[in-house]
Amino acid sequence: MSAPEGTSRLSRQRIRSAWLFLAPMLIVLFIVAAWPLGRTIWFSFTDASLDLMSEAEFIGFRNYLEWVDFGDGEGAWYGLLADQRWWRSVWNTVVFATVSVTFETIFGLIIALVLHQQFAGRGLVRAAVLIPWAIPTIVSAKMWAWMMHDQFGILNDMFMALGLIAEPVAWTASPDTAMIAVLIVDIWKTTPFMALLILAGLQMVPEDIYEAARLDGVPPWRVFRKLTLPLIMPAVLVAVVFRALDALRVFDIVYVLTPNTDATRTMSVYARENLFDFDQFAYGSAASTVLFLVIALITITFIMATRMDLEGKRQ
Amino acid sequence: MATVELHKVCKRFGSVEVLHDIDLALDRGEFIVFVGPSGCGKSTLLRLIAGLEDITSGELRIDGQPMNDVLPAKRGIAMVFQSYALYPHMSVYENMSFGLEQAKLSKAEIDRRVRAAATMLQIEELLDRKPKQLSGGQRQRVAIGRAITRDPRVFLFDEPLSNLDAALRVDTRLEIAALSKRLPDTTMIYVTHDQVEAMTLADRIVVLNAGHVEQVGTPMELYERPASLFVAGFIGSPRMNFLTGQLAAAEGAATYGIRPEHIALSETAGDWPGQVTLTEKLGSDTFVHVAADGIGAINVRVEGRCDIAPGTRVFLTPDAAAAHRFDAAGRPIVRAAP
Amino acid sequence: MRFATLRTLGFYALVLVIVVQAVFPFYYAILTSLEDGQALFEVNYFPATLNLANYRAMLTEGVFGRQILNSVFVASVVVVISLALAVSAAFALSRIRFRGRGLLLLTILSVSMFPQIAVLSGLFEVIRAMGLFNSLWSLVFSYMIFTLPFTVWVLTTFMRNLPVEIEEAAIMDGASPVTIIRRVFLPLMWPAMVTTGLLAFIHAWNEFLFALTFLSTDSQRTVPVAIALISGRSEFEIPWGNIMAASVIVTLPLVALVLIFQRKIVSGLTAGAVKG
Ligand SMILES: Nc1ncnc2c1ncn2[C@@H]1O[C@H](COP(=O)(O)OP(=O)(O)OP(=O)(O)O)[C@@H](O)[C@H]1O
Ligand SMILES: [Mg+2]
Repeated sequence: MSAPEGTSRLSRQRIRSAWLFLAPMLIVLFIVAAWPLGRTIWFSFTDASLDLMSEAEFIGFRNYLEWVDFGDGEGAWYGLLADQRWWRSVWNTVVFATVSVTFETIFGLIIALVLHQQFAGRGLVRAAVLIPWAIPTIVSAKMWAWMMHDQFGILNDMFMALGLIAEPVAWTASPDTAMIAVLIVDIWKTTPFMALLILAGLQMVPEDIYEAARLDGVPPWRVFRKLTLPLIMPAVLVAVVFRALDALRVFDIVYVLTPNTDATRTMSVYARENLFDFDQFAYGSAASTVLFLVIALITITFIMATRMDLEGKRQ
Repeated sequence: MATVELHKVCKRFGSVEVLHDIDLALDRGEFIVFVGPSGCGKSTLLRLIAGLEDITSGELRIDGQPMNDVLPAKRGIAMVFQSYALYPHMSVYENMSFGLEQAKLSKAEIDRRVRAAATMLQIEELLDRKPKQLSGGQRQRVAIGRAITRDPRVFLFDEPLSNLDAALRVDTRLEIAALSKRLPDTTMIYVTHDQVEAMTLADRIVVLNAGHVEQVGTPMELYERPASLFVAGFIGSPRMNFLTGQLAAAEGAATYGIRPEHIALSETAGDWPGQVTLTEKLGSDTFVHVAADGIGAINVRVEGRCDIAPGTRVFLTPDAAAAHRFDAAGRPIVRAAP
Repeated sequence: MRFATLRTLGFYALVLVIVVQAVFPFYYAILTSLEDGQALFEVNYFPATLNLANYRAMLTEGVFGRQILNSVFVASVVVVISLALAVSAAFALSRIRFRGRGLLLLTILSVSMFPQIAVLSGLFEVIRAMGLFNSLWSLVFSYMIFTLPFTVWVLTTFMRNLPVEIEEAAIMDGASPVTIIRRVFLPLMWPAMVTTGLLAFIHAWNEFLFALTFLSTDSQRTVPVAIALISGRSEFEIPWGNIMAASVIVTLPLVALVLIFQRKIVSGLTAGAVKG
C-alpha cells in the first residue's frame, strides 16, 4: 500500500520501519542462502577445486555433459549426466523418497487414527510416539546400526526366533538389504511427524459431522472413506509434499548407516562426496545444482497448485 | 469555536471510495454521535480522525491546526475501542499509565493522573488486577479510564457498549453521559448504530449513509425535520411509514411519510379503513400492523395495552401536521408556513 | 458383545504395537549402554547388568564433554539470534502492509525447502572468506538457513492473529514500533516463542551435514558428528557400548524436552506445516 496521495506520516513511518525490521533477517538470509546458492550454481560452470576456488574459470556445461574426442575417431560422453553412478544415486533417491513417504503416510495415518480415539493412557501413548522424532537422526542411525548388526544385532535374533529368516542378515553391509535398512530407520524416525500432522487434520474435522453420520446409520468404514478421508486429504497432502521434499535431500541416515555403497548412495551423498572427498568441487556443485532444480520445481508446482494463502487473507 | 473540522475529506481503500467529500465542524465540548447502517463508513471516519487511517484527500483540523500528517498520539485525542483493546499482560494501572509513560511524563504526574481517573470511574480497587480478572463492565471502565488519563481534547468511542449485556449497557450509557458533563471542554465523538444511544447521548447526530453525510442536527431536528427519506426512515423507532402511489400524489409528493406514533386508531371511524394483520405487544406500547384498503401496510403505535384481534376492521387517521412529504429524489417538500 | 470385546482387544493390541516399536530402539540403546565387555555381545531383551563404564569412558576420556558444550552453545545461540531476527521480521510481515509482502513471504518459505547440499559449496566459500572455518560461529551462522524461515513463518502466523486493536491502542498511546514489539507483542508471544525456540534448538542440536563440513578438529565438533565419527581400529572393534552411552546422553535431554513441551511442540509443528 504505497499510494502516493494521502500517505500520512504514520504510514510512511510504518513502511519505513517495516524494511528496517526486515533488514537483519533479509541480510542474514541473503548471505546464508541466496548468495551461496548463486555461488554453487556458478561453481558448477567452472573448474573450481577445493583449494583454488577463487581462480575458478568458466568452462560452460562441461561438468554436466561433454563429448571428449579421443583423437582416433572414437570418443565418449563425460560429465554428470553421463555418469552411471550419478544416475544410480538419482534412482536411489527416488526409490527412497517414494517408498519412505508411502509407508510413513500409511503408518502415520494409522497412528493418527489411533491417537484420535478416546482411550485411557492416550497422553502417554502420544508421548511415546513422539520419541523417535525427538531422537537425533545420527543417533537413530547408530542405534539401528547396532540393532541390525550382523552378528550381535537384536533384529537378527528376533527374526530368527520368529522364523522369518534362516540365518543372520548383514542388513547394512549387504547391497541387497542396505536400502531396506535405510528405509526402516527413516520410516521409524519420521512416521511420528506424519502422524502428528495428520492428527492435526483429524482434529480440525468438526465432531458434529460424525454425529450426523452416526444418526444416519452410516457404517464406520464408510464414514472413514466418505467423510474423514476427503476432509483430512488437504492436511495429508501438505504433509506428504513436505516429507517428499525432505526425503529427496536425505543425507545423514544414508551417510552414517550405509557409508560408501552404491546400493544406497543418494544425490546429496553423491554431491558431498565429490565436493569434499574426491576433490571434484565443481563437479559436486553441478550435482548440487541439479538436486536444487529438482526440488525447486516440485516446490513451485506445489505452491502454484495449492495457491497457498500467503497473506493470511483467508479466514 | 470548532475543535474538529473536516473539509472535503475522502477515503479510498484501493480503488473503492468509502467516504466522499465529508464536511463537518464539531464544536468544543460537543457530544457528537455518528450513526448509519452497517458499512456506511462510521468507523472509518472515526479512524481518520484518530489517525489510524490515512486521509486520501481533504483536510482534517483540530483546534485550527492541520492534522493530516500528525501522528495519532500527538493529536490530543483518545480512543475507546469496541473490544476495549486492553493490554492483556499489564495490570489496570499499567494499562492506564502506558500512554503517559510514552509521553515521558514524570512518575509522580503519571501516578496523580492515573489515580484521578481511577477515582472518577470508581475503579481504584481494581488497579492491580489484570484485564482477565475483570468483568465486561469493569473492562469498559478501564478502557475509558485509559483514555481519560491522556487528558484529550477529543474523545473517540467506537461502539463502546456493543459488547455489554442490555442492563449494563443502560448503566454505562448513563455514565458516559455523566462523564461528558464532567469534562465540558472535551469533544466526544461516539459511533453507534443503536438509535437509543444516539438520541439520548448526542448534542448533535451525524447521519451517514454510504459514505455521505445525510444530515447533521440535534436529535429532535432529525426526528422532526429529516432532510431526506433516508434519515426519516433511519431515525425513529418503529420506522416511519412510507406511502406511495395515489395517496402521495394527492398530497403532491412522491412519498408520503407518517410515523407510527402520529396515527390515531379507531374501531369506528377514520380516514383510512383497513384490517388488522398483526399486533406486537411491548407492554408500554402496542404496535398494530394494518393492511389499509388501497394504500398498503401501515404500522401504528398505540400507547399502553391494546387487545385488538387480527382481522378486525379499523380506521386510521394520520396527524396531518406531523406528516412528511418527499419528492421523487427523496428530498423533503417544505410545508408552506401556515 | 463378543465382537465388541474382540474389537477393543484388537485396538489395544494395535496401541501396544505402536508404543513398543516407538520406544524399543531407545530402550535397547539404554540397555546396551549399560553393558560392557562380553555382555555387549550377548543379545538380551532385559537389563542384565548395570555397568556405568561406558558413560564414565565417554565423559572422562577424550573430548566428548567439550563436544556437548559445543552443541549447547551452538543450539542456544542459534535460538536466541533467530528468535530476535524473526520477531522483528514477523512484526513487519504480519502488521504492516507494503508492496511485495506476499512475494517476500513466499521467498522465505521456499528457503526452508532448500536442500542444504545446494548451498554447501557456496557457503563453504563464504565461511572460509569470513575466517569462520572450524569455528563454532560457522554453525551458528549457517544454521540460520533453516531456523530463520521456520521461526519467521510461525511467528508471523501467530502475530497476525493477535488483535489489531491492541496495536492500535498502543499507537494511540504514542508507542513507537519498537516499543510496540517490546512492550506489547513480546509479552503476548512467549508461547509461540517457546515453541519455535524449542524446535529451532532441536533442529540445531541434531544438524549433521554443516557440522561435518565446516568443523575439522575433534574439540570443535558437535555431538552428532562426534557420535558418527566414533570408531574403533577395525570394523570389529567399534565401541558400541560407548556409542550407545553417547547417544543416550545427547538424546535424554531432547526426549525430556519433548515430553515436557509435548503440546507446544505439536502445535508448533502443525502451525509450521499445515496452516501454511
Ligand atoms: N481496511 C479496509 N480495506 C478495505 N475496505 C475497508 C477497510 N476498512 C473498511 N472498509 C470498507 O469501508 C466501508 C466502511 O467500513 P466501516 O468499518 O467504516 O463501516 P461502519 O459504518 O463502521 O460499519 P459497522 O456499523 O458495521 O461497524 C465498508 O464497506 C468496509 O468494507
Ligand atoms: Mg464500525
